[in-house]
Amino acid sequence: MKMELIQPFINAADAVLSQGLQGTTRVGNLSMEEAAYRRKGVAGMVALTGDIEGRIVLDLEPQTAVRVASHYAGAELPESDGLVKETIFELANQVVGNAVCALNDQGFHFRVHPPVLVTADEGDKTSEDVEALMMCFETAMGNVFMNVALRYNKQRMTDHAAAGR
Amino acid sequence: MEQFAPVKRSKDGQPVRYLIVDDSVFARKNLARMIESFGGQLAAEAGDGLTAISEFERTHPDIVLMDITMPQMEGIEAAEKIVQAHPEARVVMVSSVGYQENIVAALQRGARHFVQKPVKPEVLYEVIKYVLGEDGAVAGAAGAGA
Repeated sequence: MKMELIQPFINAADAVLSQGLQGTTRVGNLSMEEAAYRRKGVAGMVALTGDIEGRIVLDLEPQTAVRVASHYAGAELPESDGLVKETIFELANQVVGNAVCALNDQGFHFRVHPPVLVTADEGDKTSEDVEALMMCFETAMGNVFMNVALRYNKQRMTDHAAAGR
Repeated sequence: MEQFAPVKRSKDGQPVRYLIVDDSVFARKNLARMIESFGGQLAAEAGDGLTAISEFERTHPDIVLMDITMPQMEGIEAAEKIVQAHPEARVVMVSSVGYQENIVAALQRGARHFVQKPVKPEVLYEVIKYVLGEDGAVAGAAGAGA
């Protein structure tokens, strides 16, 4: 997976988390995931279709998710509160939306799908053309994991090239 | 949350009434807290474009804050339908998908403004004042109708 695809997601996550959590974030571990994806806790997935296809998962350990959601809510939330999941969804949405804006400026066109909850403990294995990059953002409230798996839609890219776009 | 000088309706000095449309409960709560800090009043909420249209018909809010990516009917289509039926409607798109294509499409189809998520309260406050124009007045400001 090319860095030009990944960098906008790193920048967007950094910006969204720094602003929302009102503190600095640090990009920690960054690794290619070759094995199947293992969920850490509360995970929201946003799918992309268009010139680039794939999905982004934002994943927080349960206690971190509760701390983050409580921060946004301005009140202590129990782990069972539906707002915890909703908060992670919205953060995933904001990260993807901001990243997609940057990629759109580079000429890529997408459709962003509404976030869905990842319930399986283990995801699909990555393949040769869909590699996944796992990164960890260290925040004052705990680690936020982002798993990005994207690939170019070759047919769409060829069509755009043929159309002179 | 920071408090802002209340923005009221010029015609009667009453709080500005808002319809918040977003499929995320989190986003709706967040926006509701912001409009409260602007001295506004929540007229209704909706989680999709179709419900937004019916809630607009029912409550006739002063301003609609509308997300784009939603199930059933997306925000731009819902905004267009509301504005077609009510040309005076003030719809502000609030979305994380703020690339030029979307902004232009939203404005062409009747939205008055676009605010990128994550929403900064001070940005939304200025947009609200701009969109209300002479129909809104900041309480305590010279010439305010409230």
